[in-house]
Amino acid sequence: MRKAFKILGIDCANCAAKLEDALKKIDGVQDVKINFFMEKLTLQANDDDFDDVLERVENAALRFEPDCEIVR
Amino acid sequence: MNKKQTRWRNRIILALVLFVIVMAVTELLPLASLLGGDRQAVYAEFVLFLIPYLIAGYDVLGEAARNFVRGRAFDESLLMSIATIGAFALVFFPDSSPHMAEGAAVMLFYQVGELFQSYAVGKSRKSIASMMDIAPEFANVQRNGEIVEVSPEEVSVGDLVIVKPGERIPVDGVVIEGASQIDTSALTGESVPARTEAGSRVISGCISMTGVLKIRAEKPYGESTVSRILELVENASEKKARTENFITRFARIYTPAVTVSALLLAVIPPLAGMGSWSDWALRGLTFLVVSCPCALVISVPLSFFGGIGGASRLGILVKGSNYLEQLSKVDTVVFDKTGTLTSGNFSVTDIQAAEGFETERLLFMAAHAEAFSSHPIGASIREAYGSDIDEALVSGVRELAGHGVSALVDGHAVSVGGEHLVAQKPEEHLHAEEFGTVVHVSIDGRYAGLISIADAPKSDSAQAISDLHAEGVKRCILLSGDRESVAERVGKALGIDEVHARLLPADKVDKLEAIMADNIGAGKVAFVGDGINDAPVLMRADVGVAMGAMGSDAAIEAADVVLMNDKPSDIVRAIRISRKTMSIVLQNIVFALGVKALILILAAVGVANMWLAVFGDVGVAFIAILNAMRCLDVRKLAN
Repeated sequence: MRKAFKILGIDCANCAAKLEDALKKIDGVQDVKINFFMEKLTLQANDDDFDDVLERVENAALRFEPDCEIVR
Repeated sequence: MNKKQTRWRNRIILALVLFVIVMAVTELLPLASLLGGDRQAVYAEFVLFLIPYLIAGYDVLGEAARNFVRGRAFDESLLMSIATIGAFALVFFPDSSPHMAEGAAVMLFYQVGELFQSYAVGKSRKSIASMMDIAPEFANVQRNGEIVEVSPEEVSVGDLVIVKPGERIPVDGVVIEGASQIDTSALTGESVPARTEAGSRVISGCISMTGVLKIRAEKPYGESTVSRILELVENASEKKARTENFITRFARIYTPAVTVSALLLAVIPPLAGMGSWSDWALRGLTFLVVSCPCALVISVPLSFFGGIGGASRLGILVKGSNYLEQLSKVDTVVFDKTGTLTSGNFSVTDIQAAEGFETERLLFMAAHAEAFSSHPIGASIREAYGSDIDEALVSGVRELAGHGVSALVDGHAVSVGGEHLVAQKPEEHLHAEEFGTVVHVSIDGRYAGLISIADAPKSDSAQAISDLHAEGVKRCILLSGDRESVAERVGKALGIDEVHARLLPADKVDKLEAIMADNIGAGKVAFVGDGINDAPVLMRADVGVAMGAMGSDAAIEAADVVLMNDKPSDIVRAIRISRKTMSIVLQNIVFALGVKALILILAAVGVANMWLAVFGDVGVAFIAILNAMRCLDVRKLAN
């Protein structure tokens, strides 16, 4: 499943790229893209555990950038 | 400004006010005599300046600490913190002059710059978002006899959707009931309304203007034109241009390089006995302030994004920053003929009446004689006539295969066809100046005139070719499957430089490869086709451009650049947009690197101070972003 979310609070294109790299390494993430200008996060993961993966992604993003927020 | 920015701004203002007060206190009050000694006065200043410094920069310091713990050594906030803390710490050098004011000011202006940057990015995001505001927000679907408002994603194929005047069509479909003028400008940039009625296909994203339409959904929202376009434009920034990759690589080297030089600068000269430790330390700290490549890291992708977004407003979809970059280097444009430079439909291009006949009567007679003809020539004559054919007037139709048709129209014997059919004396015949097929007409045995029928060039084809030449495109080449005489004449009429005729689709790929091989080392080669049967050529070219792609999935799939309109002149606009974008990118690179290099040199020799350096960091980034935002404005390039 592939789903897009709004991601707020990312300050620069550089941080977005770094965050994307970090999120790609998370267990269960098949693919993740962050579009800095559109403030969009696209996550691809298995249907069965999509919500779990999203949870992990969200936590990791918060650790990386405390200001950021993924809008579901 | 959003809430976060407002709070941020207020904090900066507070820090700025305190900074000015502290500045005044330290300048005006005789601190040394009040506190009993110069050293005491310096420490007092140290503490006083720490107040605005911490108010302005506590978040930067916090982030720096976090990054330090995680080992992200070359982070901007960390380097900025080291530079400012360093400026304060100079106080502890026995021979130093105090630099607390500079330390606090650098942090303050760094924050001002960051706030401006954040504001500018937000602003450009908004203009991009409004540019992309072509997505329908809701759909009125008829279910169980009732009309329910649902989100476009919930419309399934086969649903009946009601679109009222002023509303956007949510999904691609077919009109079942109603008629309306449709505004397609969101997709094509053209504000000419198109008429739709029952049976017409409509495309999502267009606005129904005058009437209520009942539409049967043919595609789910995700596969409809509007969401495909949005996806394409949004994802375009993922296909990076070479310039962008260069900046990314450069940024990776730049920061460590400047940081290391800063360290060397602070340590080696004083060890060599060339001056005081504090002086060189200050120069090193100044280096750190300009060590962030943010001006480039933000402005270059923003320029590409703006150029692509702006182009999409004109109905020009560029599928990646790399293609925009390639497009700017195009010096050879190869065109397909039919459907690209010509309309692809046969139509009457010229009517000449012989003496004693009028063109209207000629057309009336010819159209009626061809009343029942299924041949494309007959159809185009009927179309040129325009009015309804009164079949009751026509009798005794005889079709002579390959020659033409004769019939009794309104009591007159009419023949329409080749020279042999219509007249005994060919010397009486008029001669057509246009290219294409000529049919002659005789009425009651007398030669009445001729009608030429051709696959005519589109109205803006010639202009497009001359504009391309004016833009510096060296060669415009025509590839055609037609016979030489037709292709040559079209080429000549349009001002094409080279014509290659009688090409099968596979030959076109070979020809294009030959042209590209010729052009190695020079510019890029673009191929412009209608995307229907030239997919291999589109893919082979440096830049494949498909035109007239409104609603054609195959073309959108195969091409690198998609022109929604059926107009060759859009290729000129696309090239202009790409060149403008690339020149803005180049300006920013030269400007940002130039200023930074200059400041680094001046700092190394001790001329530049921290105030200048902070301009080199945030000031340059801010200017570069403003410049990049010009990419969004493509309206001037439209004509």
